Amino acid sequence: MAVIFPSWTNKLPHAIGVGLPVVALAAIAGVWYFFSPEFTDVGYRPKQPIAYSHKVHAGDLGLDCRFCHNTIERGFYAAVPPAETCMLCHTTVRKERPTLTPLRLAFKQDKPIKWVRVHMLPDYAFFNHRVHLAAGVGCISCHGRVDTMDVVEQKKSLSMGFCLDCHRNPTPNLRPVSQITNMRWDAKIANYDPKTDPHRKRTVEPPLHCSGCHR
Amino acid sequence: MVQSVEQIERVDRRVPLVLGGKSFHEVTEAIAAPIEGRTPKLWWIIFSAAVTLLGILVASTGYLFYEGTGIWGLNNPAGWGWAIVNFVFWVGIGHAGTLISAILFLFRQKWRTSINRFAEAMTLFAVACALLFPTIHVGRVWLLYYVFPIPNQMQMWPQFRSPLLWDVFAVTIYGTVSLLFWYVGLIPDLATMRDRAKSALGRMLYGFFSLGWRGSNRHWQHYEVAYLILAGLATPLVLSVHSIVSFDFATSVIPGWHTTIFPPYFVAGAIFSGFGMVLTLMIIARWAFKLEHIMTMRHLENMAKITLLTGTMVGYAYGIEFFIAWYSGNQFEQFTFISRMFGPYSWAYWTMVSCNVFIPQLLWFRKIRTNVKVLFVISIFVNIGMWFERFVIVATSLTRDFLPSSWAYYSPTIWDVAALVGSFGLFFTLFLLFLRFLPMIAVAEIKGVLPQANPHHGHTPHAEESHAGATPAPAEAKE
Repeated sequence: MAVIFPSWTNKLPHAIGVGLPVVALAAIAGVWYFFSPEFTDVGYRPKQPIAYSHKVHAGDLGLDCRFCHNTIERGFYAAVPPAETCMLCHTTVRKERPTLTPLRLAFKQDKPIKWVRVHMLPDYAFFNHRVHLAAGVGCISCHGRVDTMDVVEQKKSLSMGFCLDCHRNPTPNLRPVSQITNMRWDAKIANYDPKTDPHRKRTVEPPLHCSGCHR
Repeated sequence: MVQSVEQIERVDRRVPLVLGGKSFHEVTEAIAAPIEGRTPKLWWIIFSAAVTLLGILVASTGYLFYEGTGIWGLNNPAGWGWAIVNFVFWVGIGHAGTLISAILFLFRQKWRTSINRFAEAMTLFAVACALLFPTIHVGRVWLLYYVFPIPNQMQMWPQFRSPLLWDVFAVTIYGTVSLLFWYVGLIPDLATMRDRAKSALGRMLYGFFSLGWRGSNRHWQHYEVAYLILAGLATPLVLSVHSIVSFDFATSVIPGWHTTIFPPYFVAGAIFSGFGMVLTLMIIARWAFKLEHIMTMRHLENMAKITLLTGTMVGYAYGIEFFIAWYSGNQFEQFTFISRMFGPYSWAYWTMVSCNVFIPQLLWFRKIRTNVKVLFVISIFVNIGMWFERFVIVATSLTRDFLPSSWAYYSPTIWDVAALVGSFGLFFTLFLLFLRFLPMIAVAEIKGVLPQANPHHGHTPHAEESHAGATPAPAEAKE
């Protein structure tokens, strides 16, 4: 029989036999790691127009989350405060600080500060802050220790899997409704069990069907 | 009618499957000629027409992806239109190829050898066309990976209780097994083409795909076993794939769909439509490439008989559907079937019945079965009729369901037509490339059914001795 292929091609089957699984595994691992929201979204830390520190305000000064994000218990969305809220204090505190110039300008001109949104859900996902807080899910469960962040960043993946983990088993993320904004609350120290909480009228049964969140 | 012993064809005097008393070499030459010779003008003409249609498919699909499925005639209540009609139509066509290649192989029907390669190629290309429609009809094609059970950050799995998902598995398995079966059968022939190839590129390509076949005894043993196993694997698929396709309808609650006869009825229809398509293609190919001595009149006649059988089974199913609609006492079911016959789609219904049941009855006559031109026309009618069958099922039931307030009349748009016509472009483009570059008849296998392949060939059988042929002549001489 005539020779068609050069002799090095004899190595091809072995090379393919070894190489193909390696490439396939690398592709799977690559997609798994690099395409997941754990990689693409966690750690998102946009530069804000004013270097506002949650660590100073919520951590050191101990402001309650609801002082600024005042809609969370009643509305779908967590409101970002207008300049007036800041000026409740900053008309007297740190009046002259140059880094607050944009704030004073916004207040004077009655124009909103263009804060950059950090935690974003897609439009087709229906998320209501109110029901989650009423069920006793603390801020920390989705937003992390905001009271320790100088610059707020996304700590959790906020992927569908992340939501479903809690919807399937909400108990570890439940706390007394009075403690939802408390960043230092610990279920173990408080020895908390939602089943025995006298303030709970009914058990928490989050929806697992598609239209629970995709309406 | 009881046949007398004289009338039965004697095993040792059967008409050979390949006519003209050709030698092994002449058979190889005849099958290799369409590949090695100059490209015929006719091939170019049909090929350019097919590629034009393929262009229509690409353009209309591009617009579909850009604009969405709203360009089709879909709306409430007919949420399923030509896309599923075309899907079922093309999947069905594939079944004849698998029946010929797998079931007839297991039943040792040697006449299949002349046509199995051809029919299997048709299966593959039909499955390709079939897979096209569910793929493009989802609207957001970039989310198609949702149909596969891939672990993902959404922790979302396909709906395993949905027959549409069963379809995904049934058709992809079918496509894979058909491809393997076809390819394994091709290997010895690819080696033949490699050894005959004149250009270096031809040697390389045929050589690569023939996987180093040298025709040794061991190669043949492995080949035969592999082929038999694949035939065994493909055989249940002939029945299972179209049964599962029929579940798309049968597991719903729509009147006219929710019936237990659907799986067998769909399988019979699939084989019927497939044989129609094989006949259409083969009648053209055997004439154009002058292979009438290999794909003989006997093959056409055999296929015509299967067409008649399956067509009559389909007709029986149509009848039983009506009977059960009446017998069930379910007024919705009864209304659906009366509406099929006399309602807004009665034109489609009567087209279907005429093409699928009435016209094939002509095949009872031998004169018609052996008349190539008439057979060709009948095969075209079968193709048309089976497309209309799926259209009737989809359109009549969806547009006349339980609530008269939601009744409507479904009609396609120009883009529906473009997708169907374009799928024929895809099918014929692939098929013409196959005819031009691969042996359309299994060269190695066909030699096994030539008269001279019989170990007793050349020995004059002693007609009076009951063991004629069983005992070799030299042994007799010793006695």
